Amino acid sequence: MAQLLLELFSEEIPARMQGNAARELERMARERLTAASLTPERLVSYAGPRRLTLVVEGLPVAQGDVSEELKGPRVGSPPQAIEGFLKKTDLKPDQLMERDGVYYATLTKTGGPTSEIIARMVDEIVRGFPWPRSMRWGNGTLRWVRPLKRILCVFDRQIVPFDIDGIASGDITEGHRFMGNGQPFRACDFTEYREALAGHFVVLDEADRKATILKHAKAACVARGLELVEDEGLLEEVSGLAEWPVPVLGDMDPAFLSLPSEVIRTSMRTHQKYFALRDPKTGLLAPHFLTVANIEASDGGIEIAAGNARVLSARLDDARFFWDEDIKVGFEPWLGKLSGVTFHAKLGTMAQRVERIVALARQIAPLVGADPDKAAEAASLAKADLASGMVGEFPELQGLMGGYYARAAAMDGEIADALRDQYRPMGPSDTVPTAPLSVAVALADKLDTLVGFFSIDEKPTGSKDPYALRRSALGVIRIVLENALRLPMGRLASDDLWGFFADRLKVTLRDQGKRHDLVDAVFALGDDDLVRIVERVEALSAFLATENGANLLTGYKRATNILRAEEKKSGWKNAPSYLRDAEPPEETELRRALQERDPYIRGAIQDERFGDAMKRLAELHGSVDAFFEKVLVNSDIPEERENRLNLLAEVRGLMDQMADFSLVAG
Amino acid sequence: MVRRLFQGSPIHPMPALKTLSFQGLILTLHEYWSHQGCVILQPYDTEVGAGTLHPATVLRALGNKPWNAAYVQPSRRPSDGRYGENPNRLQHYYQYQVILKPNPADMQDLYLGSLAAIGLDPKLHDIRFVEDDWENPTVGAWGLGWEVWCDGMEVSQYTYMQQVGGLDCTPVAGELTYGLERLAMYVFGVDNVYDLPFNDPASPAPKTYGDVFLENERQQSAYNFEVLDVDMYRRHFEDIEAQVKRVLQARGPQGQALVLPAYDLVLKTSHYFNLMNARGAIAVAERASYIGRIRDLCKACAQAWVDQQEPA
Repeated sequence: MAQLLLELFSEEIPARMQGNAARELERMARERLTAASLTPERLVSYAGPRRLTLVVEGLPVAQGDVSEELKGPRVGSPPQAIEGFLKKTDLKPDQLMERDGVYYATLTKTGGPTSEIIARMVDEIVRGFPWPRSMRWGNGTLRWVRPLKRILCVFDRQIVPFDIDGIASGDITEGHRFMGNGQPFRACDFTEYREALAGHFVVLDEADRKATILKHAKAACVARGLELVEDEGLLEEVSGLAEWPVPVLGDMDPAFLSLPSEVIRTSMRTHQKYFALRDPKTGLLAPHFLTVANIEASDGGIEIAAGNARVLSARLDDARFFWDEDIKVGFEPWLGKLSGVTFHAKLGTMAQRVERIVALARQIAPLVGADPDKAAEAASLAKADLASGMVGEFPELQGLMGGYYARAAAMDGEIADALRDQYRPMGPSDTVPTAPLSVAVALADKLDTLVGFFSIDEKPTGSKDPYALRRSALGVIRIVLENALRLPMGRLASDDLWGFFADRLKVTLRDQGKRHDLVDAVFALGDDDLVRIVERVEALSAFLATENGANLLTGYKRATNILRAEEKKSGWKNAPSYLRDAEPPEETELRRALQERDPYIRGAIQDERFGDAMKRLAELHGSVDAFFEKVLVNSDIPEERENRLNLLAEVRGLMDQMADFSLVAG
Repeated sequence: MVRRLFQGSPIHPMPALKTLSFQGLILTLHEYWSHQGCVILQPYDTEVGAGTLHPATVLRALGNKPWNAAYVQPSRRPSDGRYGENPNRLQHYYQYQVILKPNPADMQDLYLGSLAAIGLDPKLHDIRFVEDDWENPTVGAWGLGWEVWCDGMEVSQYTYMQQVGGLDCTPVAGELTYGLERLAMYVFGVDNVYDLPFNDPASPAPKTYGDVFLENERQQSAYNFEVLDVDMYRRHFEDIEAQVKRVLQARGPQGQALVLPAYDLVLKTSHYFNLMNARGAIAVAERASYIGRIRDLCKACAQAWVDQQEPA
């Protein structure tokens, strides 16, 4: 058993593509080795700024022999046919086997050396690698994410010889671009490779790079009495930008702390890929930053810290310039500019969008306990910050800046909060607004987006959702549910948009573990009140989890099967059931039980006490079971038969007040 | 055989700059790239938004003839005007542009050699290649590459150009763009662009960048934002657009299409678009349409250029 080591060494691979590239490399190798009957014991892949590495342990040095049986002509065929078969198989007549009057040839193929299979495999991997975007370079036609420089490929300590578009395989690679002696070096197996890389200042494994960054970053913070603001996404990115990561702590002019903390953090993160630091005593942002360099600088990082500090200063100067200018300019001129900004070619300008949001906010306000005039005022200001300098620079700060600028302009605090919160929730982990005014504006914003794009037939299809309409719909659903808002959604949305909401809600409920048949059973009632729908689904889930509930469902199914068959025949007319002479006591009892509970159950459903309604409904199961046990629905006496069908229809009718039980599985 | 200052890595820091001045930086880059065998060109004499738009890049990146050139290109971005009041933003600034076609295998090392030449020691400064896919929709061009960071400062754009004018670049041209003011500010440790020493501070008449360009920034900003006549530029845009089509149908003395004058006209449309855009006269929807019109003109030029290339 032998080891394969493959390294594809290139110019800098985008950080965001590295993780997936490692997984693809492993997958492609596994598939090809398995297809060649070379099942490896272990495959591991690594990705870093300049290399993809694959290690395969436990490969045989050659493929096993494969034998194959080939069917030939029938015994007694013309001699030409038999000769042709012998020629094709390169066998002598006595080597053929005879079975059921047919000649067969057994061919044994000697397995190829594994290295040949590896050479073909690497060629296929390199030429077919699924980079999100690839490129050509120089005079070549080969494509890779950036120019591919070297291929190290050793199997059982020997170079696997091949050549891909002029790049010959070898056992040589390079270490860090700037640190170490800069000389290429040889590696014949993974242990040598990993050690030599470390000696040339390259940390191979992303997990090790992350751990190193965190360890040294935290140590640097502790030494200065600071705390790292952890950021997994950023850690992932910076660990893909350095082969030898070295955290460097730098200082920022404390005067910048007068800027909103979101502005500072956005500037640090998106522009500079810096970690923010905070004062552990106050929890507030500290006037420092942490960058992850790719070298241990000869001066210990003094120049790097100073250089980065100057870049950050310039960035924050720019941000402060925007802040100061924006405060001077204020809302009025921004609002004026919105009529010159197209929201969407078919949906008019941003100013027209604002008009629609204002009308919607005014309409929604009384339903959510907000003041309509104030909601309209907040909505009219909501998009102003899109014309501000800061949002022009940092689009992700939209809304938030509107809130800050409203406060700076001494506007009503509730209005400022409504501006700040209008886009929330921005993702599954974000919280929803709860203040009535914020809720009104946040709903109006999303509903206008949804209604607008649905009206011009720009609905999401499959994986395409360019206007993030699914996120908007989910936002509406979460705001409504988490604030327990009673809104007639059907009135606010067109039919197909309501259908879209319904689908989103179903997905949400399923994600929470609710059975999809229960969700369907409730939706079939045609209710458009999200809160009520969810409460019904919850009551229904609880009901069916009880033994009585499950039993009643069985009775319901039986009743509906009979009724459906009858409805098809169409002889029977639904009418109220009545007490007949000499009917079995079970029939009388079911009618009594039903009539006794009917007003309560309907009342409870009316009052949305679904749990209570279900509890009383469940009590019917005994009477229903007894009825089916003792009473023959299909009586010879037509009136009796019809009366019993009517009684069953009454059971069904009452239960259908709660949900369409015919859609419930079981 | 091209004589090279640096035979690949490792890169040794160059001796300190001869002069600590903006022009010294340019001269050092000229000298460096000249030693790599580049044609050192002078700036193009038409307003452009970026060094890429110089025909020495846009047109020469197409076709199969080798081409190595370096030049400074004054670039105009009217929207970035700040009346001379912002220490980092200018509506007129300099780009240093290098184009190497086909890109040599050691282009990254050559580039790092140029940083060493202007005094950036990679053992002291943190130099990084950070993903940046370059795209210029007005010329239908794209490529893959990086922004190059030095201690967190973007000092260059490095691109392997894949397409120009919607046509494949075969062979691939490597393009380097240095933002000269920003690079100089970094190298000289200056926080305000107007304080940059333009010539040798020890010379009899030392001039700062502000002495040379501050007034230009003030006047041009006022013109771009307040004075320029949008209707005139709209008319000019339409007139020139029609002319490009006419010029491309005409033939020169050797029967060739008049690509170069046609492309000059395209550059005018691009500049007029930038001016109108700075004035806030172009709505978002209109923007896409203007860019599409310029791109169509550019594509027509690119195609005509490729058609008249002789096989290498």
